[in-house]
Amino acid sequence: MTTGTSSLPPEGVRRRFLAALYRRTPAQLLILLAPPIGWFGAVYLGSLAILLLSAFWYLNPITSAVVHDFSLSNFQQLVSDPVNRTIVLRTVVIAATVTIADMALAFPIAYFMARVASPRFRSILFMAVLLPLWSNYLVRVFAWRIILAQGGPLDGLLGVVGLKGPGFSDVSTWLVFTYLWLPYMILPVYAGFERIPGSLFEASADLGGRAATTFRRVVLPLVLPAVAAGSIFTFSLTLGDYITPELVAKNQFLGTVIYENQGVANNVPFAATFAIVPIGIMAIYLLLARRLGAFNAL
Amino acid sequence: MKPRSGSIWLRLATIGILAFLYIPLLIIVLYAFDTDRSQSWPIQGLTTDWFAAALANQSVGDALVLSIQVACAATAIALLLGTLASFAVQRYSFFGRGTVSFLLVLPIALPGIVTGMALNATINATGIGFTTFTIILGHATFCIVVVFNNVIARLRRTSRSIEEASMDLGADTLQTFRYVTFPVIRTALIAGGLLAFALSFDEVIVTTFTAGTQETLPLWIFDHIRRANQLPIVNVVAVFLILLSTIPVYLAQRLSSDTSGLAGR
Repeated sequence: MTTGTSSLPPEGVRRRFLAALYRRTPAQLLILLAPPIGWFGAVYLGSLAILLLSAFWYLNPITSAVVHDFSLSNFQQLVSDPVNRTIVLRTVVIAATVTIADMALAFPIAYFMARVASPRFRSILFMAVLLPLWSNYLVRVFAWRIILAQGGPLDGLLGVVGLKGPGFSDVSTWLVFTYLWLPYMILPVYAGFERIPGSLFEASADLGGRAATTFRRVVLPLVLPAVAAGSIFTFSLTLGDYITPELVAKNQFLGTVIYENQGVANNVPFAATFAIVPIGIMAIYLLLARRLGAFNAL
Repeated sequence: MKPRSGSIWLRLATIGILAFLYIPLLIIVLYAFDTDRSQSWPIQGLTTDWFAAALANQSVGDALVLSIQVACAATAIALLLGTLASFAVQRYSFFGRGTVSFLLVLPIALPGIVTGMALNATINATGIGFTTFTIILGHATFCIVVVFNNVIARLRRTSRSIEEASMDLGADTLQTFRYVTFPVIRTALIAGGLLAFALSFDEVIVTTFTAGTQETLPLWIFDHIRRANQLPIVNVVAVFLILLSTIPVYLAQRLSSDTSGLAGR
């Protein structure tokens, strides 16, 4: 790197010290990098290591104290109990269907924001999408708890035409998750649409592409990385959530099992074992998302 | 040039999706004034009594104070560490540079329950005990990335030549930082800090696992939502939080060049 300092007249120690600061040396890099990496290494990676380790510990069946000894019993329990398989499958299916629903909902509004709305209206819409994202997560779940409750507004409205709301069920869980994470999908997809040059639409039209063809052959491949980026959030956030299932579901989900084992049952080792499941699922998901270019669209 | 697809269906879909986003929030506001504790349909009558009851509630106040303390501390740590990391990654090339960004984004790419459970297992295994400090530890860990993302995006867009020009004009390194570099990244810092604060203030998944018996405001809500006779007070708190969330959205708009960064959580 050129620094231009060599041409400066010698003006004492201070100036030379400051000039040295401007050069990029390994020592400076170390000063910049050590605090954040040290923090992450100690707090985050260290904790993940202990999580992996404690997944092999187990409870003394009589005293319920944690035995710091290597055992595969938690993993056996995890794999052999069919209830656990059902819970994992249920959670993954909900996470996948929430992601698909959010994609379907994000496309029209994101497209409208990026390519149809006037700049002024676009910024209003942008704020309108941001506001739910900034408003408290629990407040939004609470709203749905009121709406979905037995004899609540949804039952009341549907009752007029003789129908009934989903109550607290898997369907309601799917609906609430779709609602909660929708802005996380809209924003990257919007950014994806905005990045497409308008000339591509014209070129496609000039070459005889109809709107649907243009969308499928030109637009979709270009926004795919953005969609994949958004889907990381919708999928991952659903996978580990236990608050929403606690409040609007009847069935157990991955998160609720971990939460209850850690809290009510006080079986930290088994909770740790169960927490490895979402890590494994997300590792596969992130690898797939990376192949679709999601990390460049984040 | 706009494509022709501003069709009526697209408009209707946009309106429908906006309605889907906002009707639940409106229902919360409506029910905050409901005279009936059970919050059933239709609303029985209108009252403002619950607002007074919420104001008088000691535990809400305590939870709010704890949440603000935690969010301030976590934001401060995230601003410092996130900025350092972004300068390191943007301005130096070194082995494992790509890994740093990947590492920092992990706490929000992995489900929060993993971070929470990992910290919980560590706190249990080391016996350091559940304190305000452990809550801050968890929050700062996932807040660093939002500051990092905002600052590094700004650094990427800024040409290094303006700093060189400053040096050529005789400014020393500190002056250049103070009058050139810092003003350039200032709004990115505000945006990142705002987002970090909001993330921390809102967080409940990780917090459950690091708080022990303490209650931040989200944990207070989670606790009281399941007590039927407390619902009206929870509802008032909810309205307060919805109103509060308009502040960062307004600020985000003011920093309009940064809105995409603010969204990137």
